[in-house]
Parts: sequence; C-alpha cells; structure tokens
Amino acid sequence: MPKITINGKEIEFDKGMTVLQACELANVEIPRFCYHEKLSIAGNCRMCLVEMEKSAKPIASCAMPATEGMNIKTNTEFVEKARKGVMEFLLANHPLDCPVCDQGGECDLQDQSLYYGVDKSRFSENKRFVKEKYMGPLIKTQMTRCIHCTRCIRFATEVAGVSELGAIGRGEDMEITTYLEKSMESELSANVIDLCPVGALTSKPYAFEARPWELKKTESIDVMDAVGSNIRVDTYGWEVKRILPRINNEINEEWISDKTRYACDGLLKQRLDTPYIKKNGKLAKTTWEEAIELICNKINVTDPKLIGAHVGDMVSLENIFSFKKFLNTINCTNYDFRERNFYINSSDKINYLFNSSISGIEKSDLILLIGCNPRHEATMVNARIRKAFVKNKTPIYSLGDVGDLTYKYNIIGDTTETFKEIIGGKNEFSRKFLSSKKPIVIIGESALELKSGKFIFEEIKEFLFKNNFINKNWNALNILSQNASTVGCIDLQFFNEKKDDGGTFFKKIKNNNFELIYLLGSDNFELVKKNEFIIYQGSHGDRGAEIADIILPSPAYTEQDGMYINLEGRLQECRKASYPAGQAKEDWKIFNLIIKKLKNEKLFHNYEDLKKLTLGQIKNFSGIDSLPNKIFKNNKKLNSEFFNEKILINEIDYYFTNSIARASKTMSDCRNVKIKSLKEGTNN
Amino acid sequence: MSLKEVYNEQPNIFKFSDKNQKIVDEILKKYPNNNKKSAVMPLLYLAQKQNDNWIPLAAMKYIAKFLSIPYINVYEIATFYSMYNLSPVGKYFIQVCTTSPCLIRGADKLVKVCKEKISSKERKLSENKRCSWMEVECLGACVNAPMMQVNNDYYEDLNENNANKIVESLLNDKPLKPGSYRGRRNTSPEKDKNLNGNSSK
Repeated sequence: MPKITINGKEIEFDKGMTVLQACELANVEIPRFCYHEKLSIAGNCRMCLVEMEKSAKPIASCAMPATEGMNIKTNTEFVEKARKGVMEFLLANHPLDCPVCDQGGECDLQDQSLYYGVDKSRFSENKRFVKEKYMGPLIKTQMTRCIHCTRCIRFATEVAGVSELGAIGRGEDMEITTYLEKSMESELSANVIDLCPVGALTSKPYAFEARPWELKKTESIDVMDAVGSNIRVDTYGWEVKRILPRINNEINEEWISDKTRYACDGLLKQRLDTPYIKKNGKLAKTTWEEAIELICNKINVTDPKLIGAHVGDMVSLENIFSFKKFLNTINCTNYDFRERNFYINSSDKINYLFNSSISGIEKSDLILLIGCNPRHEATMVNARIRKAFVKNKTPIYSLGDVGDLTYKYNIIGDTTETFKEIIGGKNEFSRKFLSSKKPIVIIGESALELKSGKFIFEEIKEFLFKNNFINKNWNALNILSQNASTVGCIDLQFFNEKKDDGGTFFKKIKNNNFELIYLLGSDNFELVKKNEFIIYQGSHGDRGAEIADIILPSPAYTEQDGMYINLEGRLQECRKASYPAGQAKEDWKIFNLIIKKLKNEKLFHNYEDLKKLTLGQIKNFSGIDSLPNKIFKNNKKLNSEFFNEKILINEIDYYFTNSIARASKTMSDCRNVKIKSLKEGTNN
Repeated sequence: MSLKEVYNEQPNIFKFSDKNQKIVDEILKKYPNNNKKSAVMPLLYLAQKQNDNWIPLAAMKYIAKFLSIPYINVYEIATFYSMYNLSPVGKYFIQVCTTSPCLIRGADKLVKVCKEKISSKERKLSENKRCSWMEVECLGACVNAPMMQVNNDYYEDLNENNANKIVESLLNDKPLKPGSYRGRRNTSPEKDKNLNGNSSK
C-alpha cells in the first residue's frame, strides 16, 4: 500500500483516497463544509486547506488525491493562517444571528469559527441580503446564511434523484433555489436540512421549538415502513420534538425518509389517553376496570370460533407475541395481520425476507422488480437501488409500470403471461437474467395479492433455485414487505396458513361472520361493520377507533420498548423515548389484566420474561441488529394455478399510510402540496 | 450586477421558428450524441435572438425538454451569463462597460447618463419603451475606454457629453453612428495620423 506522511507521521492508505481521507486515517481533524463522504467532491468551500511540501500554495485536501510520498502538514502557522483567511471570507456575508438561528448549538460554521476562525471582523461594508426561498412544507430557508457549499444541490441530484435544486446567478449574487421556488418533490427532501452546515436550510415544523442541548436523545428505530431505518428520537418532556437519522450503512446510510422524520408531530395529536366505551352510539370515557369487565363478559358469552383478531402495521414483536398468546388462551384461532389477502409461504424463513439484504443491492448486477413500487413502499431501499444504478449502472427491469422511481428502468411487460414466458425461457429477458451473476428479484405485495400470487412466488423460487441464484453466498429472492410488523407476524405465525391460505379469515370478515373483533393497532384494515362488537386497542383515534365499541389506549412506538424485524430479517430494538399518553398501558399489560380477570392467572411476569419468550420464537435468530442465519432447505414446489392477468401495483397514499402519519399536520401539508402539483402539473 | 429578475408577464408557448430549427439541427451536429446537452448555450442564445432579445421561461423549458436536462440546469445557465436577458429589453439595448480601465476613464459618468435619461434601475425600460441599459463586465475594448455597446455596435471614446447625445438619439429612434467619438479609426493611436489611416502623403 502507498504511504503518505501527515504531520511527520507515516501512514498507509488505500489507492484512490483523497488527502482528507488519509488525514482522517491518521486521526487528524480537517475542518470542512462542502465535503461530505456520501456526496461527490465539490471543493468550493476551501476550508480544508492544508500545507503540502513543494507546493507554494495551500491545497484543498478534499479534492486532492493522495499519492505516494506526499508530505502533508496540518498544524503549521501557514495552515492556520489559510484557515483563518477562508473563515473570514465565509463570515464576511454571514449574518451574526446565531441567537435566533435554529442551527445554533449544532452548527458547523459556529463550531469551526470558534476553533479555526478569527475573533473579530474587518469587514465593515454592508452584508448582502438574500430573500427567503420557498422549498415546500418541510424546509425553512434563510438564504442570507447560505455559504454556498452546494451540499444540498449535490444531495438532490445524486442521492434523491430529483434535479430540482440549483445555484442561480453568480459571484456575490449566487443563490440556491428550486426551479421557480417549487417545493422539492422527493421523499428524501428533508435530508438537506441535516446536510446544511449552516442555518440556511432548517426544519420548518421544528422552527423555534427547542435548542439541541435541551433535548433528551434516544437511539431507536423507525416503524413507518418495513425498512427499520435507524433514528434518534429527540424529546422535550413528553413531546417528541424531532426525529433524526442515525448512521447505519447496512440500512439507511445517513438518510431517512420525510415520513420517518416528520410524522412525529402525529404523536401529539388524536391520542387515545383513556379507555372509552360506546354507550347509546356515542363513545364515553370510562375506567380501566369497567372496560375490562365488559371485555371479559363479551369474551365469556361469545363462541371462540366467532372471535376474530387483527394486528396493525406498527406493532412490536413482544406485543404480537403477547396478543397471540392471549388469543390462544381464549381459544381464538381466527387472526391475521395482512391488510389485504396476499400469498405467504412461511415454511422457510427465506420465503418472506429481503434476502439479498439492503446493502447487497449495491453488489448486484441486475435488478428485476415484480409488482412493487419501492419508492413509496420502502423509500430507503429505493435510495439504495438508485445508488446502485448511479454507481454501478446496474440495469433495472420492472414487471408492471410504477411511474417515476428516480432512476431509469425498463418495463418488460405488465401481465402474468410475460412472467410465465420469462420463467419458461421464452422471453428475450430470460437470457439477460441468466447471464447475470448476482441478480436481484424484488417481489412486491401487490404481486402476491394477485390471483396468480402463489404461482409467481413458487415459480420464481423454483426458477432461482434451479439456476443456482439461491445459494450460501447469494440469494436473489426478495420480498418487499410494506409494514414494520409484517415479517415479525409471519415469524410468530400470526395468521392461519393451513386453512386454505388464510382466505377464510378474509371471507369471514367480508361476510360479517364474527361476533367479536379485537383490533390491535389496526387501522388500515378494510372492515365494513355490521353487528360485530369491536375492541380497538391502540395509540391513535383513527379508522379503527372510529368503528370501535371499546377503546383501550396503548402507547405509540416511541413510548414503549419493543423489537421489530425489518424486511431483511434484521431484529432491532426500538427504545422508549417518552412516556405513554394519559392512562395508556403497555399492550402486554392490558392482555395480562384481561386474562387475570378471566382465568385469574398471569400471562407474563414482567417485560424481561416476555422479551425472552418472544426471542425464543424467532426463527434463525442470530442476534440483535444482525441478519438471520442463512439456513434454508430447497422445499418442494407447491402446486399453483396460473391466471393470465395484469400486474397492477397498488397506489399508496405515501404521506398517509398509518395512523400516526394521518394524525400529523406536517404529513397532511406534504400530501396537499403533492395533490396540488398533481392537479396543476409542473409540466415535467 | 445583481441577480437577474424573471419577467412577470411570460408567454405560454415557445417554439423555434422553422428557420431557426434548421440552425438548431446544425448546432446539434457539433456535439457528440451522448453530450447533446452541451448545446444548451448556443440554443439559449438562438432563442434570445428569436424572441426580441430576451429569453422567456417557456423557451428554457422547451430547451430543457429538447435536450432532456432538468429545468433548473437551464435556468442556472441562463442566470449565470450576463449575455442572456431574462426580461424584455428595449429596441436599443445599451451595455455600459464598468470594468477597471473604462471606470478609470469615466464609465461612471456614462452610467449616470443612462440613469438620468433612460431609467433609474438597470434592465428597466425607458418611458417610451425604446431603450434599456445595464452595466456589464469587460467588453474587450479597453483601448477605446470608456465605451458602451448598443445592440451589436460599439460606441467608443465617450465622455458625458457625447454619451448624452447618443442616448438622446437612441431614445428618438434616430441612432448616431457607432465607432470612436474622438475621430479614431478602430484602435489606432490618436496623434499619429499616418497610422490612423488618413495619410497626408
């Protein structure tokens, strides 16, 4: 490996590294504004100047490739003077409004001017003023503070895949803006707020809410989709003030979707804080004792066969497990977690996971999407696919037209007939697929929902096994789950597989065969109420609570500890950042209360007990935060029927997919902007 | 110089005329197939020529779609270069050079004349809508400083007095002759008539 000398110390570096990266290897800190690991190199802030031997001028270390035998100094007077000079220029037009700036306390410019800057200003002229720019409901702009590092522009073009930000004008008049101040149309737009090293782009919903040092920070994970992005929840008292991404290169890298970040104001609204009972057609406040008494009476008089249960999209493993145990105790076997009836084969763990893993997308050389829209179903997965597309020029094909995915893809057809042709080797695409080394097939829930859902899944699995695309090193079979609880529910067998593919549950719901329905945080489930008695247990007064006869309040995902399995099968812990609203009780405690009243016994002694029991049920479990063990058997192909039909992809109301997002004002603002732009058209 | 403002009355449609479309095809031939977007600058200039010396947003959109690049990129380029006008200019568009050599020779006085006679603000039309003016950087005629460009002609070796006359003439739609106003031919020395082309021999 080549060697470089930094401050007299010789270190080895990898070929292709820049001087700045080499300095980081040597544990030497270099101040920077425009340089960002995940973005292309711009080299325009000049803050990273260092001294290089044999060079009369200081060099920008972020843009200079490191070479053998270079001698770099970062602690000399020369460098200090260069940094001070750059800092003075940057501050020449930067307002001194730190006391009213939301970035204060976590501002790169503030910190670096303290360490590397000068303490007074020699610039006596007027500072320039730049008008605020509208960038949508999430981003608050104060463009006078902008230092033109262009990180936001590079993020929008490279990572988000929407070239909407740009720098107009030149020299002193340069301004960052979207085209004619339209709002940014990306699900990743708010990441520019984190990227902005100054207070030019700040969070609109969080404006003047709190200072960073007042907030309690809890490392947790996101449950808005099945990706399980790593987040940090910042709370002030009970309120969740904001959610920020945590770096996890296996999952979300440094970004999170706008829904993950901004649905948190929904945690303050529409909350269920006390039990309710419907009396004379109206919901009235009641006590826990009364509510539980009534539930027990209902359970006692109802035939267990006529009791149905459904679990929602954001329920943790512990709660699914305790719910199942509770249902088994009262002999109820009609339960499900699916919002629509799609095909599941739970005989093997690889049958319902995203087996290639999210970071594996970058290693693949061909991606085939079958009936899914990763942009809306799993935004961070889509960002990874785009990264592979940009970095490796990975060809992407789709069965079914999904609209704009932020990258180019080829539509090879939209019927199941085309799928059959590919499997049979009759399609031109089969040759391309077979000649690839590490292909990825991503099957969406929309495809599994089709009449030929079973056919699609079983045939593609057989096809991949036959061609050795499922082996110890590579697994091309991927299911794109949509909800945070989906994989967990399949792992814990929260559905009836044996009985006719679970179809009976949906038939019974449709025919209104149940007398008692217990909903656990279930709001997206289509249920036309007739004479059923409905118990809703959850955190938000949403669609489920609307039709309920009894409402039991329970905490939301930021208010209780819980484990979730993401779509890759990675088990992660979501931690308690705030406390439950009002009289809300943890779900497993509620089940404990009901069973105690019914049978005078306890389901679980304490949370640790519950957690241990739940972990014992997880298949192929290898450890927290890691992928499951790769154990699989080549099961015999199940016979399935083929129907020739169109592969339709369910439209998702992206900003309104769950009860928290629907309660959030920010999300509804985003949705309105999107609807408006769809109506008026941007002439894109 | 300040940031160019986009005109608030924009035409809805823009299309290259048949004649210009042929020129567009010629321009595109100069660039390799995978780098057609490089043609954005000549196309913007062509659009400006076709549309009374200014570029409407519709033209930017048209060019962006034509070359399949994002709107913002065309917009960035159009705002960056001072040769592109984003709002209507007068029939006589005056560009006063205010870079150092001209400034030393009194370009500020020409600016003063423009402000008084045409409009107080740059890129604003005069009352009779015949003229507009703006300050620009070096126009490459430092030898004849101070100077100003009216449409495609240079008026050189000016002072406050004859600048006044020129602007007046433009406002009345009877433009004076371009060239040096101290009797020089092109850039030749003033004193030496021999070199000036008026050989007495």
